[in-house]
Amino acid sequence: MRHVISVLLENESGALSRVAGLFSARSFNIESLSVAPSEDLSTSRMTIVTSGNDQVIEQIIKQLDKLLDVIEVSEITSNEHIEREIAFVKINNENIDDKMMEKFSKNEFLKIHKTKNSEIIIECVDSPQKINDFLESVKNIAIKIVRSGAVGINSN
Amino acid sequence: MKQNTDNNKEKYTGAEIFVKCLEAEGIDLVFGYPGGAVLHIYDELHKQNEVTHILVRHEQGAVHAAEGFAKSSEKVGVVLVTSGPGATNAITGIADAYMDSVPIVVFTGQVRTALIGNDAFQEVDTVGITRPCVKHNFMITDVKDMASTIKKAFYVASSGRPGPVVVDIPKDITEDSCEFEYPDKVHMRSYRPNIEIKNNDINTAVKSILNSKKPVIYAGGGVINSNASSELTELAKYLNFPVTNTLMGLGCYPGDDDQFLQMLGMHGSYEANMAMHDCDLLIAVGARFDDRITGRLDKFSPNATVIHIDVDPSSISKNIKAHIPIIGDVKDAVKQISKQIIEKKLKPQNIDEWWAQINEWRKKDSFKYTQDSEIIKPQYVVDRLYDITNGDAFITSDVGQHQMWAAQLYKFNKPRRWINSGGLGTMGFGLPSAMGTQFANPDSLVCCVTGEASIQMCIQELSTCLQYGLPIKIINLNNRYMGMVRQWQEFFYEKRYAMSYMDALPDFVKLAQSYGHIGHKIDKPSDVDDAIKDAIKQKDRLVFLDFITDQNENVFPMIATGAAHNKMILS
Repeated sequence: MRHVISVLLENESGALSRVAGLFSARSFNIESLSVAPSEDLSTSRMTIVTSGNDQVIEQIIKQLDKLLDVIEVSEITSNEHIEREIAFVKINNENIDDKMMEKFSKNEFLKIHKTKNSEIIIECVDSPQKINDFLESVKNIAIKIVRSGAVGINSN
Repeated sequence: MKQNTDNNKEKYTGAEIFVKCLEAEGIDLVFGYPGGAVLHIYDELHKQNEVTHILVRHEQGAVHAAEGFAKSSEKVGVVLVTSGPGATNAITGIADAYMDSVPIVVFTGQVRTALIGNDAFQEVDTVGITRPCVKHNFMITDVKDMASTIKKAFYVASSGRPGPVVVDIPKDITEDSCEFEYPDKVHMRSYRPNIEIKNNDINTAVKSILNSKKPVIYAGGGVINSNASSELTELAKYLNFPVTNTLMGLGCYPGDDDQFLQMLGMHGSYEANMAMHDCDLLIAVGARFDDRITGRLDKFSPNATVIHIDVDPSSISKNIKAHIPIIGDVKDAVKQISKQIIEKKLKPQNIDEWWAQINEWRKKDSFKYTQDSEIIKPQYVVDRLYDITNGDAFITSDVGQHQMWAAQLYKFNKPRRWINSGGLGTMGFGLPSAMGTQFANPDSLVCCVTGEASIQMCIQELSTCLQYGLPIKIINLNNRYMGMVRQWQEFFYEKRYAMSYMDALPDFVKLAQSYGHIGHKIDKPSDVDDAIKDAIKQKDRLVFLDFITDQNENVFPMIATGAAHNKMILS
């Protein structure tokens, strides 16, 4: 099952590799990982999307908590929460007809960036599931896809 | 060198501060080996008498010595090595300490900060290489952080579940100077080793304990690390519960006590493994259910309620689901359970039937062997060593058959007497760890039970033993095979003995002599006793006893990998 884990950790060199190393050393899955400074610049907040059965997720949380640079770990998918991800899709103009363009323009979660050549870049900010749906709809015409990985926050 | 600043506060170099920190931490012994990146530190060590430096012959030996020192005392072991190969040679020892939760601090030199990342001479990414096998590691990038980092290193290594901490020190940091003050407290917001035990968990555990008709206490190295042996023994004796120990836990419960079922696991006793399989309550104390203990997970203690006491939350329900987890210091937890039971004079169930069953299993006498031929049985040597030393020696071991025989047959009555490499299974551990043990216990008898394959992996430390006059007794069970490898090949590879034969062995007697020690070769069972007795009489000399033993002897019982506890091979 898919789980989103939020980790608050010391903003120190090496902290990221401790987390990444833990996942590879213990064969835990990692679907995406995104990290940036938190409200307190001495700490970073990391969102990890992973999957596994309950026992595996329990171990992931405990092992993360055991790392000395980690201040707090929470699994946010089990409660009300918001998740967002950003994706860029580069598409050749030739592959987009007017009808499709109109559909993109009306979608409030999409932004269209023109380039100097014959391509457009569609920016999509939405939940990972919606991003998956959108990417599925353009998979035959996408030249390049760049995804950020999800960030999440509890909303209750 | 001391420099006066404007406000008259004295300044010290990083190297001076390093030595002052060790003094402040109460460290009087450091195992190490010098090299370019740590020369400033060695120069400062040379100028003082508070901290004694022990020169080993290989950095792996330094770390194992520090482990032996830490395991046989209650102190932190300290290592000092240089950058590059100094650090990489230390890795095996660091990984060993990580697997067996041994509190050590390893200081590694590093190239100058300006050179880091330039593939400089003797540069290696020590922090990166050691990251997966340390409890934590640090690199000091400013001399002002030296004292606080060293303080943290000792605190982290010795608190909670102990483990190795590496501190990487670039050479220029040992030249830079600043004022010195050793902090008396550590504040780390992301490290909280003192977990308060939940009353509810204790109460639930107490109920299960009082209701059980077929209980087993399964106690591991955590009991020793937490110094909880006497508390656990008192509780077990009050309850009349059977106790088994892991390889790492031997000595935490008296080995010659009637309630002791001997060691459990792959080469554990029949009664211990059968009791684990059939029990209705499994009380795991400071143990981690590793694969050599559990065998086949889905057949492990199928009918038991599991109480698991451990200081490390990640050990709980990692392999075996704990029905009643108790997270916290083992000693505190056992005390709290005792308070609820012993102080209130509560009585457990009558478990006479359970004991009758266990005594039935005991009749198999699963560690038995027969010394009938003219060839020395390896078990016989361990047995005689136990008798002659009254079970009171410090025993270190290497890894393999000899280790299992020592664990099975030397009955440890006190904690911290059995020093071995359990988790990592490091051949080469025995001799250097015996050095550390002897340094921590200078007036005690220290014996290293080893084999002709293992001993050669750190044989160079015989030179260290001579330099410091360490009167270790080496009990070499020489069967001319990597015995445990040969045993597996006999059982599982149709006797195809690929590379397990030790061809071209040295003459260990001459080898010992050339290092300045006493060596004896013993090949008759009737000579075993005198050889051991004579060796012990040599109070100030290392004696290397080379016992020529039966090549075909195997360690029994044995649970094959992936088999259930009640599927033991007995002979």
